[in-house]
Amino acid sequence: MKKFTKLGAVSALSLIIGASSAFAETIKVAFIDPLSGPFASTGANGLKQFEFAADYMVNDKGGLLDGAEIEIIAFDNKTSPKESLIQLQVAIDQGARYVTQGNGSAVALALTEAIDKHNRRNPDSRVLFLNYAAVDPALTNEQCNFWHFRFDANSDMKMDALTDVIAANEDVKKVYIIGQDYSFGKAVSDAANSMLKAKRPDIEVVGDELHPIGKVKDFTPYSRKIIASGADAVISGNWGADMLGLGKSVIENGFTGPIYTYYAAGSGMTAAFGETGKGIIRLVSEGVVNPSPSPEATAYYDAFLAKYPDANIDQTRISNTIGMLAAAITEAGTADDVVAVAGALENMEYDSIWGSKLVMRPDDHQLIQNINVSAHTNEGVKYTFDSSDYGVVKESTVEMASADIATSCKMKRP
Amino acid sequence: MDLILVNLIDGLVTGLLLFMLSAGLTLIFSMMGVLNFAHASFYMLGAYFAYQISIALGFWMGLLIAPLIVGVLGAGVERYGLRRVHQYGHVPELIFTFGLALLIEEMVQFVWGKNQMPYSVPEILNFSAFAISGNSIPAYKIFMIFISISIFIGLLYVLTKTRVGMIIQAALSYPRTVEALGHNVPLIFMGVFGVGTALAGVAGVIAGPVLGTFPGMAFVLGSIVFVTIVIGGLGSLWGALFASLLIGWITTFAKAYNVKMESILNAIGFTTPENMDESMLRDLWSLTSPQIADILPYILMVLILIFRPAGLFGKRTQ
Repeated sequence: MKKFTKLGAVSALSLIIGASSAFAETIKVAFIDPLSGPFASTGANGLKQFEFAADYMVNDKGGLLDGAEIEIIAFDNKTSPKESLIQLQVAIDQGARYVTQGNGSAVALALTEAIDKHNRRNPDSRVLFLNYAAVDPALTNEQCNFWHFRFDANSDMKMDALTDVIAANEDVKKVYIIGQDYSFGKAVSDAANSMLKAKRPDIEVVGDELHPIGKVKDFTPYSRKIIASGADAVISGNWGADMLGLGKSVIENGFTGPIYTYYAAGSGMTAAFGETGKGIIRLVSEGVVNPSPSPEATAYYDAFLAKYPDANIDQTRISNTIGMLAAAITEAGTADDVVAVAGALENMEYDSIWGSKLVMRPDDHQLIQNINVSAHTNEGVKYTFDSSDYGVVKESTVEMASADIATSCKMKRP
Repeated sequence: MDLILVNLIDGLVTGLLLFMLSAGLTLIFSMMGVLNFAHASFYMLGAYFAYQISIALGFWMGLLIAPLIVGVLGAGVERYGLRRVHQYGHVPELIFTFGLALLIEEMVQFVWGKNQMPYSVPEILNFSAFAISGNSIPAYKIFMIFISISIFIGLLYVLTKTRVGMIIQAALSYPRTVEALGHNVPLIFMGVFGVGTALAGVAGVIAGPVLGTFPGMAFVLGSIVFVTIVIGGLGSLWGALFASLLIGWITTFAKAYNVKMESILNAIGFTTPENMDESMLRDLWSLTSPQIADILPYILMVLILIFRPAGLFGKRTQ
């Protein structure tokens, strides 16, 4: 029996060595996000931007270390946490040491927990979780761990910037908060309530509501309630088909005030809102595309359009993610030892081409960066979205937003 | 009070849209015994075809041509697909339509991509018809109601008053006898399948601009259509209409009014637990009606299956 275990251990070890030597040529980044179902467009557009970022920023410039290229391998998780864990296992078995995901904090929470467990049990095949868009604050607070890095601002930080803008708008007296019924939707609602109370106690929250995620066919009843409540402004953290459905329905049924959103641009949404969304849709995000923040950003966007004429860069954080990962691998001198790479990522300062300094805070692995509020419009737009005449233009910026935001993260380091 | 009227209209629009889908499905089922899983996919095809046609020829040509194309496609599927599979029994037929649904979704993604299409309401209908205490009713909704009701009346007339309708009804119950009388029953089947899918196509054409034209649209509506025809009674046109309207109004009102589970439970005599965090049923107590609005039809279906398995208007008892 003992002999067998020894034999097993030896063969497993030789397999691992064989695997790592065979894959030394490419650095595999597993992209686990929806590529089918109601949120397919959001996932598919993210994938395009990842593939382009890897090629443009790393592979076309000769790769990293000794010419190793970054390869993005896509896995469809159908926005389901359960499916994601299966895909995570497949990704690890295929030799991926970096996992990236963004659509859905429920998925991210499942992944970060599974990765933490995996890394404790399998020190030889540890993986890093590069979270590019899941913004539930819990991921860098009570659920934080050493392997998780968030390149987007979390929902509290975004709401902080958004409520600054709302507080400055004297016309807003009543707001309606509506979101998807899961951890992120609840986080948005909590943050909006507490921050509005602190910044503008005179604003009345006339509605605060959650709807099932990805299941609502027709948002008309919700928009009726919003209009009947007499709200001057709507706040929503919705994304994908839920954002478009809600936004269109609210506008169609006669709402004319501002709708403050997190994700109402790109993936076909900008074209679908078109003229009706002008002067109404606002969104809070990290990077700026209009007006172009730097010559490098212009060159990057032009090259992207040359490759994908119909696509948009609506998630500038994706190129930040690849850029910072590449810098960390170069600094660590290895792509296989993810602890060294994570060490290099922590506290890294990086100049994004999208007009911001980026600092990865070591306490909770939350990226600190500028946050902007932009408007959906067709005026002054150089880089339009969805091949339409419309795009988003920056209206205001909060420099290094919430850099001192408190965290409850107690990180265990390996 | 005003809001009730507005919600009645909204629920009517949702219900009638559902009816156009379930009418075709229930006709096909009652005639051929086939539950067509790909039915909602034809609805999606209707929207995409209409979008493509509307770019070149405008919305109205889309409304005219797209359902025709979908109907011809549907008839083709029956003639060259289902008819061959039919001899092997019902299970292969189910699997065939299920596979077809997946195939259509992939094809749509292949041709049009995964993004939402900018298919929108035609300019001429893009105004508010009237407003009830600040809630505007878009003219397009009135148009949707008008189209669906005329389709219902048309269907009812053809099925009950014309010779074709009588042959169809006879073929429903006694296909062998009808065949012996010299009628071409396979042709009737093909026609019904084509008309049924064309109806789904019409629903897609008029729903695409309001509910969004994207590859997930069939998935979002697919299961609720089956629920509708089960509640209404398989094979019954009146049942399909009644169940569609019922579902439309139930979901609309459940979303529009924040009824708390707590108040319902209190009303039937339960007292709210003192400390909610320790209560086993905390999630049940904190439910609100908008959260569960979209699963209410499924609950209704389970109840119907328990107490009236044939459905509200169903005739089959075995």
